[in-house]
Amino acid sequence: MRIRSTVVDRESATPPNARAAFKDSLGVGLAFVPLGLAFGALVTQSDLPWWWAGLSAALVFAGSFEFLLIGLVIAAAPLAAIALSAFLVNVRHVFYALSFPLHRVNGRLGKVYSTYALCDEAYALTTDEQARSWPSPRILWLQFSLHLYWVGGSTAGALLGSLIPDSVTGLDFALTALFAVLALDAVRNLRGDLPTPALALLSALAARLLCPDQLLLAAFALFTAGLLTRRLTTRREPSHA
Amino acid sequence: MPDSQYVIAAVLVAAAVTWALRALPFAALMALRDSTTVQYLSTRMPAGVMLILVVYCLRDLPLTHTRSLATAAALAVTVGLHLWRRNALLSILGGTAVHVALASTVLAR
Repeated sequence: MRIRSTVVDRESATPPNARAAFKDSLGVGLAFVPLGLAFGALVTQSDLPWWWAGLSAALVFAGSFEFLLIGLVIAAAPLAAIALSAFLVNVRHVFYALSFPLHRVNGRLGKVYSTYALCDEAYALTTDEQARSWPSPRILWLQFSLHLYWVGGSTAGALLGSLIPDSVTGLDFALTALFAVLALDAVRNLRGDLPTPALALLSALAARLLCPDQLLLAAFALFTAGLLTRRLTTRREPSHA
Repeated sequence: MPDSQYVIAAVLVAAAVTWALRALPFAALMALRDSTTVQYLSTRMPAGVMLILVVYCLRDLPLTHTRSLATAAALAVTVGLHLWRRNALLSILGGTAVHVALASTVLAR
């Protein structure tokens, strides 16, 4: 009887997984709310319809690019230019396939949604050390929670945007704070492997100086090339991984 | 206001490109998952990626302008709070509150 109940628990563990995922998502995910408020408020301040904020949040779900998309849309940029900008800003996601645990997500539909909602924060949380034991539903619920915060925050921001006085600025710092917190946690997971963060910072600063227009793409490429070089030159030593 | 058809098309185009970038690399990389080099990269990439994103957020900071003091102070508060309490929500809300307070008042442009 006892054995059977554990089997049942594991098979139909959706509610506990959903609750655990909700808890996992709170710290990072709630930063989506001030950020979404800022995004939504900017949408209505830019004379775009309020529903556009929710539509973009639900369908694109790539916060940093969506801020840029506002500018492109009010400038009536050609769709090809929007596609190119989306490609350049979001091309960093191709690197996430190296470590995002998609192999642990079950089912075709699950995998489709999981890749669809693979934002930076979902990547950071699911590649964290403590996430190694997360089963499929917990990963999917986490992504869904993040998606909901973003859509909710953006829609609320668009509806309430006119209530925020124009003199109140700086909510967009939530994005910087969010990445800073995720970076601190990820660096802690490296357990004293300081060359890696140093290499990342050098790559980012070099990209900032050499090709500021393509900072993200250049920085990710430099960082990956640097890691590969380091891997090849230190191969004889035992790996920390 | 741009017409509805265009603003919806813009979202659909951006969504399609973003999803393709998130989904297609998995098909290409699945075969490489067992490679030790890919494992080496995958344990080190999350930290580097997040640090690069922080720099990206700060890319347009005017270093000579007093306005950047608000960002510097807010970043210090965020990092300090996080090292102290390790509570992501507290660190993010604290840093953002400091930024909004400074950028909207004493350091307003």
